[in-house]
Amino acid sequence: MSFLRDALDLQVQVDAVGLGAIYALMAVGIGLVFGVMRLVNFAYGQLIMAGAFALAFASDRDWPVAVGIALCFGVVLALSLAMERVVFRPLRTQSAAVMLIATFAVAFLLQSIALLWFGPLGKTATSLVQLNRPVEIGSVEIRKITIVAIVTAVVCLLLLVALLNRTALGLHMRAAAIDSQTARLLGVRANLVSTASVLIAGALAAVVAVMLTVQFPTVTPTFALQDTILVLAGVVVGGMTRLLSATLGGFLIGYVSGILGGALPSEQSQYLPSLVFGLVILVLLVRPDGLFTRGRGLVERV
Amino acid sequence: MSTLEVRDLEVAYGGVPAVRGISFSVTPGEIVGLIGPNGAGKSTTLHAIMGVVPARGGEITLGGRSLRGRSPEAVARSGIALVPEGRRLFAELTVDENLRLGLAARASSEGVEADLAEVCELFPVCAEFRDRHAGALSGGQQQQLAIARALVAKPSVLMLDEPSLGLAPTVVDLVFSTLRTVAERGIGVLLVEQRAQRTVALATRTHVLANGELRLTLTPDDAADTDRMVAAYLS
Repeated sequence: MSFLRDALDLQVQVDAVGLGAIYALMAVGIGLVFGVMRLVNFAYGQLIMAGAFALAFASDRDWPVAVGIALCFGVVLALSLAMERVVFRPLRTQSAAVMLIATFAVAFLLQSIALLWFGPLGKTATSLVQLNRPVEIGSVEIRKITIVAIVTAVVCLLLLVALLNRTALGLHMRAAAIDSQTARLLGVRANLVSTASVLIAGALAAVVAVMLTVQFPTVTPTFALQDTILVLAGVVVGGMTRLLSATLGGFLIGYVSGILGGALPSEQSQYLPSLVFGLVILVLLVRPDGLFTRGRGLVERV
Repeated sequence: MSTLEVRDLEVAYGGVPAVRGISFSVTPGEIVGLIGPNGAGKSTTLHAIMGVVPARGGEITLGGRSLRGRSPEAVARSGIALVPEGRRLFAELTVDENLRLGLAARASSEGVEADLAEVCELFPVCAEFRDRHAGALSGGQQQQLAIARALVAKPSVLMLDEPSLGLAPTVVDLVFSTLRTVAERGIGVLLVEQRAQRTVALATRTHVLANGELRLTLTPDDAADTDRMVAAYLS
């Protein structure tokens, strides 16, 4: 009973929503690239790790926060672009397995480079840690970063929805995600659309890097790795073929992890990953196409 | 408006020839038909022009500029629009969004709204069901939307792959009369069809393809000559 009481505790709920919001952004980044390129980007977590190291690098040198954030965006966007040009684009016509293995290779390459440059203990990004201080709302103490994470996620998602629904580029991206061959026959530029999706996903990775480093200031080469695996599971659980279902899946797995993490007694917290992934398997057995989808989606690549 | 020129086109699938050295042209304002039995190479010819399948030999030019080796989007942007077999609309997007996707092939956005209005006048279904999902339209309405989507690209040449497939006779009449209107506006039309007699009657010239070769060219005067057409199919 105490588990249930803790799970329903407002403090735990708010923190869980905050984590869900960050995971939802990661899910959008992964889902967007999957939608347009039919590519599961396992290296997404390493983009966040690279952004986090950029923030730590700037904080090490006492550079202003804005410069650190700009450096984080610059590094993540440059890496995203390089990944798309050097690996994803040339392999676009290959099988899903080839592309997945390629993203594994990119992931471990980036991780190994980080290990060589920064060592296994990594660096610390401290410039935004004051956002961990709580504000009191009613009887609940909420960390500022939780509020920032939720607001940022909502704003980013609204901006993305506006881009997808209100602009020609967004329309082209949606069309390419549904049926890339027909989209190309109509003149939709496959390269432009895939570059745009990778860059938007990269920008979201940079946002996530900023928010995660506030909560976990120690940046190591495995930074955000477990989060990415969780979000990938969440995206599959939600339903990969639609951005909305993927996003909901990401949010859900963040929220559930938050609740379990907050409600489980600390001596039992080592059971958290087993519990979460056990739930993932259960959901996939019952709804293999995803929790939030209707019918089977189309699988085709740009 | 430019002329589409296909010379000695050869296409093969995995070493098996599908199109063997065919040549024809489509000048502005004329309708050219391509008919023939299944597997004759009609659709393959359209796909080779669009850059979906590579040409193994020959030349494809639009207004003198080579299209060979270009990507489908580059061919579309150079002024060739395809209404693919089965229409290939985006069922979950609205009619308006489908129509606007046709604009992807245009170099500039100048005069876009006026052109959209003009196409909607030609195909009132586009304005009437503007916000409805394309998948909710009837087969005939979908075909009209597919042609409208191709026309908003302002192409020099409009290619259609079996536009009458699965349509009621009255809708086929509408599609064929629309093609005449399109040609009158100076657009070259390349029509691949199974309805041989109607195509021959409509088109300036109709080429009969069999086994990847161009066997015969018919004019509207031949439309009543059923024996000649049957002979061409069976040759």
